[in-house]
Amino acid sequence: MSDTEGKEVSDKEKEHSEEKEMDTAKSPKPRKTPPSSGKSSPKKPGSAKSGTMTPKSPAGSRGRATPKSKGKREEIKMETPAPEEEEDATLPDHCEPIFLSSKTQTIFSCVCDSDVTKENRFKIIPKAAILEDLHNRAGVCDFHPIKNKIIEYPGEEFLLVYDRDFKFGQNFYICFSEETKEKLLHPPKKEGEVVEGEGGVPGEEAEDTTVYKYVPPQSKEWVSHGSEKEIKEESVVEMRRRLKVSVRRKRKLFGAPCKFTDRNVGDAKDGYVECTSYKDKTFDLQKIELDKGIQAIPWFMDSGTQTEWKYPRNANTQYYPREFSQHEQQEILKKKQTGTFMDGVCPRFQLALQQNEIMDVFFNDWLNLGEADNTFGSKADNHLKEYQSFADLQFSKEKKITDIQWHPTIKGIVAVSVAEKLTFDERIDNASKVIMTPSLILIWSFTDPINPQLFLEAPDDIHSFQFCPSNPNIIAGGCQNGQLVLWDISAHADRLKQPRGGNRNKRATVLPGFEDPNALKTPIVRYCAVSSIENSHHAPITDIMWLPDHVEINRMGVPQENKGFESCQIFTCATDNCILVWDTRPTKGPQQQQQGAKPKDKDGTKNPIGVPDTFKHLDLTWKPMLKVHLHKSEPGGDHAPTKFSIAEKQGDRGALSKATDGGVPDKEASVTGGYFQSGKPGSGREKRTLQTVKTHFFVGTEDGEVVYVDWMPQKDQDTGKIQTPKPDFYHTMHDGPIMTVQRSPFFMDILLVVGGWNFTIWKEAVVIDKNNPSSAESLKTLNVAENDALKSGPILQSAPNPIRMTSGFWSPSRPGVFYISKVDGSVDVWDLLDKTHEPSITQSVSPSAITKIYPHAVSHKQHLLAVGDSSGTLHILEIPWSLRLPAPNEVTGVANYFEREVKRRGFVVQRWDFREHEKRELEAEAKKKAGIAPNVLLTDEEIEYRLKLEYQAYMEAEGNFLRELGITKEEEPLPQT
Amino acid sequence: MSEVEETIKRIQSHKGVSGIIIVNADGIPIRTTLDNSTTVQYSGLIHQLAAKAKSTVRDLDPQNDLTFLRIRSKKHEIMVAPDKEYLLIVIQSPNEV
Repeated sequence: MSDTEGKEVSDKEKEHSEEKEMDTAKSPKPRKTPPSSGKSSPKKPGSAKSGTMTPKSPAGSRGRATPKSKGKREEIKMETPAPEEEEDATLPDHCEPIFLSSKTQTIFSCVCDSDVTKENRFKIIPKAAILEDLHNRAGVCDFHPIKNKIIEYPGEEFLLVYDRDFKFGQNFYICFSEETKEKLLHPPKKEGEVVEGEGGVPGEEAEDTTVYKYVPPQSKEWVSHGSEKEIKEESVVEMRRRLKVSVRRKRKLFGAPCKFTDRNVGDAKDGYVECTSYKDKTFDLQKIELDKGIQAIPWFMDSGTQTEWKYPRNANTQYYPREFSQHEQQEILKKKQTGTFMDGVCPRFQLALQQNEIMDVFFNDWLNLGEADNTFGSKADNHLKEYQSFADLQFSKEKKITDIQWHPTIKGIVAVSVAEKLTFDERIDNASKVIMTPSLILIWSFTDPINPQLFLEAPDDIHSFQFCPSNPNIIAGGCQNGQLVLWDISAHADRLKQPRGGNRNKRATVLPGFEDPNALKTPIVRYCAVSSIENSHHAPITDIMWLPDHVEINRMGVPQENKGFESCQIFTCATDNCILVWDTRPTKGPQQQQQGAKPKDKDGTKNPIGVPDTFKHLDLTWKPMLKVHLHKSEPGGDHAPTKFSIAEKQGDRGALSKATDGGVPDKEASVTGGYFQSGKPGSGREKRTLQTVKTHFFVGTEDGEVVYVDWMPQKDQDTGKIQTPKPDFYHTMHDGPIMTVQRSPFFMDILLVVGGWNFTIWKEAVVIDKNNPSSAESLKTLNVAENDALKSGPILQSAPNPIRMTSGFWSPSRPGVFYISKVDGSVDVWDLLDKTHEPSITQSVSPSAITKIYPHAVSHKQHLLAVGDSSGTLHILEIPWSLRLPAPNEVTGVANYFEREVKRRGFVVQRWDFREHEKRELEAEAKKKAGIAPNVLLTDEEIEYRLKLEYQAYMEAEGNFLRELGITKEEEPLPQT
Repeated sequence: MSEVEETIKRIQSHKGVSGIIIVNADGIPIRTTLDNSTTVQYSGLIHQLAAKAKSTVRDLDPQNDLTFLRIRSKKHEIMVAPDKEYLLIVIQSPNEV
């Protein structure tokens, strides 16, 4: 049921009840409040619950407010209890108003206001009765005017309705249709209700089951639901005694006349008392609500323990094994029991021992499995794979890479030096341009292939550089102009160490809008020291090397122990015929000076370019501590070195253990023997001399010679000057400048020399030094012939390659493998165990000439080959596993191979001797045939004869010569002897 | 030559045998071909190990008994034959030429 319907219903029921009340003429109940009140008291639960009827409802009051509409509705319902309400009603269909005289009324027993009333308006009159009346009274009959209609009426009875107020003109109206009659008699619905309400008889209308009935509320017995408490709370009860106030006044004052005057309120102190409100502290907190919580928790228990402190005490126990004496042992051994035991146990042992002899059951086959696959040339992937390439558009493009160095400690960092691609003449022509462009070393990280991580600025193009082995933040480089340069990149070490590109990290931490524009730029590190130009090389430095950290050499070239284990000496070589040794530590004098000058520096200008002053003491005053001048054995110039290699290796401390005390070890030196700042170079007294360190070293020259020389200066026999001795030997094996002299990482005495169109492999011979006891010792076991053979030339010499070689490098992991780069941009991989007449692999890497290669073992699983070309690009190639993993016995195999080659070399030398001997013999024979037997004693005559013959031959030759020149005539007779 | 010496010689003749020790039930060496300190060490330690091995075998099956113990190591093999009263230890390095 919708709301509107409900409202309607309530409207009706209300009206109805009103009507009923009116009808029954009952006195209105007290609950019948005037419509304006509109609400019944909620305090009467009984009435509220009493029935379905709510006496008053908002709808009801509204209904009252619009009586007109209500009246209309009633009319539609044909409810006619109130005559005034029917005023504007129309005559129902098929009805005819009729006037019945009082006589007719009596005949039909429908006398007005007695038989029919306003309320009971209807009267049923049989048709027959009317027809009879018509017949009896004819024209006088009131029904006469409608006689036809009556006769036509199909029903048996007529409905006569009393119209008391003459609404339709007459006192009655008659109904001529059954339908209307029915309608009037049984008006739809409401009439039934009326009837029911009036008579208490239930209506026949079944359609509407909702019966609204007013049931007068009956008072029930009161049941407590707790409301009495509320009421009690509401009601005000006097809790305390009432205050009693008595006001007294003297009797005489009553009725006394008053006299009022003006006075200032401010002055009145007595007249009035101010009672200001104040906060009573006693009732500060009013607890109206109180929150309390309870939670069940387990019982707590506090307890403590403390361990007893036991003082450590030195205690020891000693025991010795229980042993039988010789006698007791013998006794036991003689027992029969022992014998039977031995007999019983022996077979088991024999079985086990034999098993072990026959076959090694525990031999691990897996370890030796797959050995076959490792050999070179199998199907496995053995090509160099391009891994990454680096090129800087601004600084390395169109320049040539002169040197590559991998960072010794940080993975994925590789440094590259670049130089202008100019010949000497071009360089001079374009001097201004060359000076203007910065000379840089670029440090690349694998994380950023576009921007170098760091630039190292140099005064001139760098041709060779190296990280200091003991401190990778120090870099030494050799310049085109012969100067030696040092950098300290300690300040930027973090940048290189960052796992992801340094730029990105910075970006993340900087607030937007506050980025440092230089943050993304690659920092340029200025060199912190450069050697004095007068004392430097006079030609480009072609090779540079830090001395291993356990050795240092003094001014006399004597190798000594380096107690600080910090590399501090540098070898450099240039084509100005000398090799220089530099020390990064300050010499005594300048150091003191510098210390004196230091405070001044602090007050004054601080380093303007942010150059670390690690090597400030060296800058521009740095002089080499030892000069090795490479004299040639015979007159005619000196050797111009391009590359060199010394025997001592970084990290190989073997020499230290064999060191002999050169003097009393100085305490101070051992304490302070330290870094670049401390320690004194050349003060060799307190340092131990390392006897086993070889002072002989290999030098490759510009003319393709391999020179073996001692760097220790000696007294020259002829001049008496102390100078570098003449080289032990030198051989011209290469047809171009030597590009690489490198020792094998596996064999200290095997060297790879690359230059021109071929490469050679040398084995270092043992130098016999009479003063050195250790070398004399080794002499005993030395095959002297073989040793001499080693000095006679390389143990392996490659056939000239059609393409010029530019550099070479031993594989860091495989003893028999080395890499050779060539001018046509290809890399040759040689595997000495595979083949020695041609490279195992030739792979093209770059379109331009390769200048430098450097393989590096980044990790056990990854070896990378850095290849620099003459167009400034650094290619990083991944070395396949076949070139990375050594074959199980490769070291032995390669060692054996070298041994065989040494023997071959020995044989060659032997054959030389043999051939020489043979030649001499042949000559002697020829001479014999010619009649000159040098062995036979000649007589004077014979001598005279021979001299004559000789003179004749001479004269003949002279004559011929003169004739040829046309000085003498043909016919001129020869002078007679 | 006693029976014991003969047996020792026989075992010694095998390839790679580097030492023979006879130990009594208390772990005290009786006869050895090795130097004193090695012998003491071997006999003390192997005796304990053999006792442990023996008890393990016996615990697993009371009817069973340990007859022979071979300890294979990277360098050599130690063979132990325990008995009621004695323990024979042989050290062999089979791979040594």
